[in-house]
Amino acid sequence: MTYVDCLRAAITALKANLLRSILTSLGIIIGISSVIAMVAIGSGAETRVKESIESLGSNIMIVLNGSRTTGGARGGTGSNVTLTEDDAQALQRDIPSVEVAAPAVQGRFQLVFGNTNWSTSVQGITEEYMIARNWHIDQGRTFSEVEYRSAGKVVLIGSTVAERLFPGEDPIGKVIRINKVPVQVVGTLATKGQTPFGQDQDDVAFIPLTTAKKRVLGGRWVKSNLVGSITVKVREADSVADAEKQVTDLLRQRHRIPEGGQDDFNIRNISQFLAARAESTRVMGILLASVAAISLIVGGIGIMNIMLVSVTERTREIGLRMALGARRRDILTQFVVEAITLSLLGGLIGVALGIGGSHLIAQTGDWPVLIEAQAIMMAVGFSAAVGVFFGFYPARKASKLDPIDALRYE
Amino acid sequence: MTTPLIRTETLSKTYHIGGGDVRALVDLSIEIAKGEMVAIMGPSGSGKSTCMNLLGCLDTPSAGNYWLAGEDVSQLDSDALAHIRNEKVGFVFQQFNLLARATALDNVELPLTYGRVPRRLRHQKAEKALAAVGLADRMDHRPSQLSGGQMQRVAIARAIVNNPHVLMADEPTGALDSRTGAEIMALFQRLNAEGITVIVVTHDEHVAAHARRILRFRDGRLVADEAVAAPVRAAEAVAAAAGAVEAPGAASAPLGGPLVPEAV
Repeated sequence: MTYVDCLRAAITALKANLLRSILTSLGIIIGISSVIAMVAIGSGAETRVKESIESLGSNIMIVLNGSRTTGGARGGTGSNVTLTEDDAQALQRDIPSVEVAAPAVQGRFQLVFGNTNWSTSVQGITEEYMIARNWHIDQGRTFSEVEYRSAGKVVLIGSTVAERLFPGEDPIGKVIRINKVPVQVVGTLATKGQTPFGQDQDDVAFIPLTTAKKRVLGGRWVKSNLVGSITVKVREADSVADAEKQVTDLLRQRHRIPEGGQDDFNIRNISQFLAARAESTRVMGILLASVAAISLIVGGIGIMNIMLVSVTERTREIGLRMALGARRRDILTQFVVEAITLSLLGGLIGVALGIGGSHLIAQTGDWPVLIEAQAIMMAVGFSAAVGVFFGFYPARKASKLDPIDALRYE
Repeated sequence: MTTPLIRTETLSKTYHIGGGDVRALVDLSIEIAKGEMVAIMGPSGSGKSTCMNLLGCLDTPSAGNYWLAGEDVSQLDSDALAHIRNEKVGFVFQQFNLLARATALDNVELPLTYGRVPRRLRHQKAEKALAAVGLADRMDHRPSQLSGGQMQRVAIARAIVNNPHVLMADEPTGALDSRTGAEIMALFQRLNAEGITVIVVTHDEHVAAHARRILRFRDGRLVADEAVAAPVRAAEAVAAAAGAVEAPGAASAPLGGPLVPEAV
């Protein structure tokens, strides 16, 4: 008997007991559709976390200045300024896993335009900072190399700042004052939204590092090489922890900190925290999917049950087929094909329902879902495997029947 | 002397049931030539069913030998026996044993699917076999849409579709009224006249009287091997009945063409 004949026989047999076939497939349908939906929800959540990591800048750590103790009073982080632009250059040059090390200074200033004003975080940055933190320009342009180098009187503003200072106006080309220094808005930054911790990342203004030190901050910053922070972007997510150690070692060496002495800097590793969150999301997804997979097994047992009933019911048919020349292998194939047809059909309906359900969840629950082709192929493959696994025993039972007994079976 | 179609030598079958041995068939040594029509008779438990199972290659003997068309089939494994049943033996059962959800044509094609005959050839052969039993106009009917006699005709078409050496019929008229039974026996006699060897297992003397030879069994042993001087001619009985009542088309339709489909 060819496989095509087997398939035709299987479809005839399944159609003969249509309601029973549908009810039997229901287990697989529910199993597969919930696997698809759960995986889609899991991947969607994972993607959302990944996106928020991307917005912070992926694989980054921030090196901040340490604290100084003056007369018993311990200053907070950043009170002891020891990081320099040379440190940043050294990190980028000497540690292979570091993609960029971006020095920056920061302060909080009142921005004034005409009769409106707004207090925001002003960052003095270099070109590397834009790369490290994954900032993009929305309108206008970024700073030119000359502006970076020679303290150009220019500023890039975040979307929140643009809304506050220029409601309904085009900010490009306007001149605002930061700490009484007039600077021209040359561009606006693409919106990033909130951090996973709820901070508004768009409430920010960037000026070249040189401008910040010479014109805005002034004082001790003017002539010195010192910076407020160094943002380090590592090439691979896996090497962040290693890189952190190398950065620590190199900075200790450069700052001549003796063995056992306290670091004069702090390293904040945000992306690692987020990676942990992504991992927990992933574990959650796996849990959901495995609950769904259990329902698939239950569905498979349902198929096995019905196939056993079917073999008993059709004992005479099996005897007849054997009398007409069916080998044991033919009978085995016929019933396995029947079980596979049952589960695969359930699988395909389940995939359709799963995709539909995912879209419904995405729309009604405003929840991100991501349907991957891989998950669909796995679900279909798994349902076929369920058919083989749970169909084999009943089919084997059928093929082991004695033709004489089977023909005489009432 | 030509090789007999069926030859057995001290063929025996013993069943082990509940610690004791039941000797269902004891030392059967017979020869059946090609073209014979033989009835196997005996009360239940006499060994006639066991004899048919062995001769039909559904079962293997406990002892002795069996040659079918010159080939020793007594020691073959189940796959080889399945192959022989498929090609050399046709079965007709009391309860017809048709697949309820398949059409007459699909039912007749069933042995051919196990013989791996290509689909188009299958259709041709099955159509020919159905025409030979007078059911050319019922090919797409399901068993539930056919009468008992028609169902048995489908079963006979299924048995002869592969040009078997021997047709084994187990109580073929047991589920039919006497007139339909006579039609079926007439069909067997016509097939036999065409050259097919027919073995009918029955407990009914009247059915057995259609054969030219009767093998009688009792307690697992062959007790009599009689030639029938004047077998009942079923076609005449059918014709006589049809004289009284107008003949149904199915009974007289096939008389024209060849009864046994030739190999295509």
